[in-house]
Amino acid sequence: MTNKNETKQWTLYNANLRTKTLVIIGLSLLVLVLIFVSYLFIDTSSITTNFANANQAPSLSHIFGTDWMGRDMFTRTLSGIGLSIGVGAFASIISTIVAITLGLLSSFNKFFDELVAWIIDLFNSIPHILLIILISISFGGGFYGVIMGVGLTHWTPLARVLRAEVKKIKTTDYVKLSSQLGKSKIWIATKHILPLVTSQIIVGVILMFPHAIMHEASITFLGFGLPPHEPAIGVILSESMNYLSAGYWWLALFPGLTLLIVVLLFDLIGENVEKLLNPETAQT
Amino acid sequence: MTLKVEKVSYGYKSRSPQILKEVSLSVNNNQTIGLMGDSGSGKTTLCKIISGYITNYEGTVTVDGEIVNKNEYNPVQLIFQHPEKTMNPKWKMKQVLEESWMPPQDVLDEFGIRNSWLDRYPSELSGGELQRFSILRSLNPKTKYVIADEITTMLDAISQVQIWTSLSNYCQKNKVGILIVSHDKKLLDTVCDDIIVLNQINNLD
Repeated sequence: MTNKNETKQWTLYNANLRTKTLVIIGLSLLVLVLIFVSYLFIDTSSITTNFANANQAPSLSHIFGTDWMGRDMFTRTLSGIGLSIGVGAFASIISTIVAITLGLLSSFNKFFDELVAWIIDLFNSIPHILLIILISISFGGGFYGVIMGVGLTHWTPLARVLRAEVKKIKTTDYVKLSSQLGKSKIWIATKHILPLVTSQIIVGVILMFPHAIMHEASITFLGFGLPPHEPAIGVILSESMNYLSAGYWWLALFPGLTLLIVVLLFDLIGENVEKLLNPETAQT
Repeated sequence: MTLKVEKVSYGYKSRSPQILKEVSLSVNNNQTIGLMGDSGSGKTTLCKIISGYITNYEGTVTVDGEIVNKNEYNPVQLIFQHPEKTMNPKWKMKQVLEESWMPPQDVLDEFGIRNSWLDRYPSELSGGELQRFSILRSLNPKTKYVIADEITTMLDAISQVQIWTSLSNYCQKNKVGILIVSHDKKLLDTVCDDIIVLNQINNLD
């Protein structure tokens, strides 16, 4: 390799990894925010029943096609995704609160540490979907039930990460010294440990989002989630199953693809934020 | 007013051999006592026992005749060898000091701490500067005895002199007893009233 230019990689623009990471995060965030904002300003007239337009294939006026009642699939998909993001946001907040509480609780003493590990194992040992269905039904189903169902089951990975991190921080000299200075366990947990685990919490929350969205869609698809009159992605997909054999492929393809893209975008943001916050993960 | 260590025995695991056996010593609150010993003879272990970091030992440690309450401020404070390990990396120095107390301006000046350092993070200060903070943090008015475990080993001669002068001045003024652990015989000769060699008071077979 004598000539340096030969070995140089082809790039779209010159930027270091940090800039590229920031650009990726910014673009993904922009797309997601656009989706959510346009969901808030949806014109409901295009999803009223109009049998004159029924079962149209994708075209310029209806880019995702229309369903058997003549509703515009693009608008329906958009509102379904917006709903999913909303559910995901609420569920993530609940999960995060549970995970932080348990993670910090595990710092108190050996008994609480074992207790937290036991609760995490308990929740992990029950099949995920089954637990979500059970919780969501016991909370009365609907929007509220789905949020509680998804929120109360998605905290386990974050809680496990936090518990491991807390165990590590507890062995440091400054935590031991703090208790010699007469500080209480709660004081140490909130003042010493919490600031040190914020980066794990941020990454954990962002990576929790796609899971929450996927599970919301899947239990709605199975019929236990959001009610059938809501334009949720799960409802759209399960209804489209009846029309696939008639050749109406666009009813399932575009909503499914949109869900996939949104989930992947969240994943992308999570991974890149992690690169920024924990630089040692950037090269793996 | 004495810190008394009476017949303290300790081994890190219950089956492995003991490293401290029936060790006794005492420090008055107007004294500076030096503690010497070979590497691995248990100096740091003894320090941790006296200052409450190790609790499952045999024997008694009393401060002015009373056993220390674990949930309150410990009147026996240990100053560590590596100051950077004893500070939360996400805290500013001001917060680090205030975890114990906020010293008045003249004390800050005496230890050579500039006010601009208070707004920095631990990673933005040098080892000697951090050690000054670490010492000052342990000198809360409630502290009656200070245990200095090799606190100036990694510093240059000038900083050593500065730190030891201000520490002994402060301790004499406020009646704080000091137990110094060091390998440096010359340092102990200069600073201490009395020198104890750990191997001589350790009753190992």
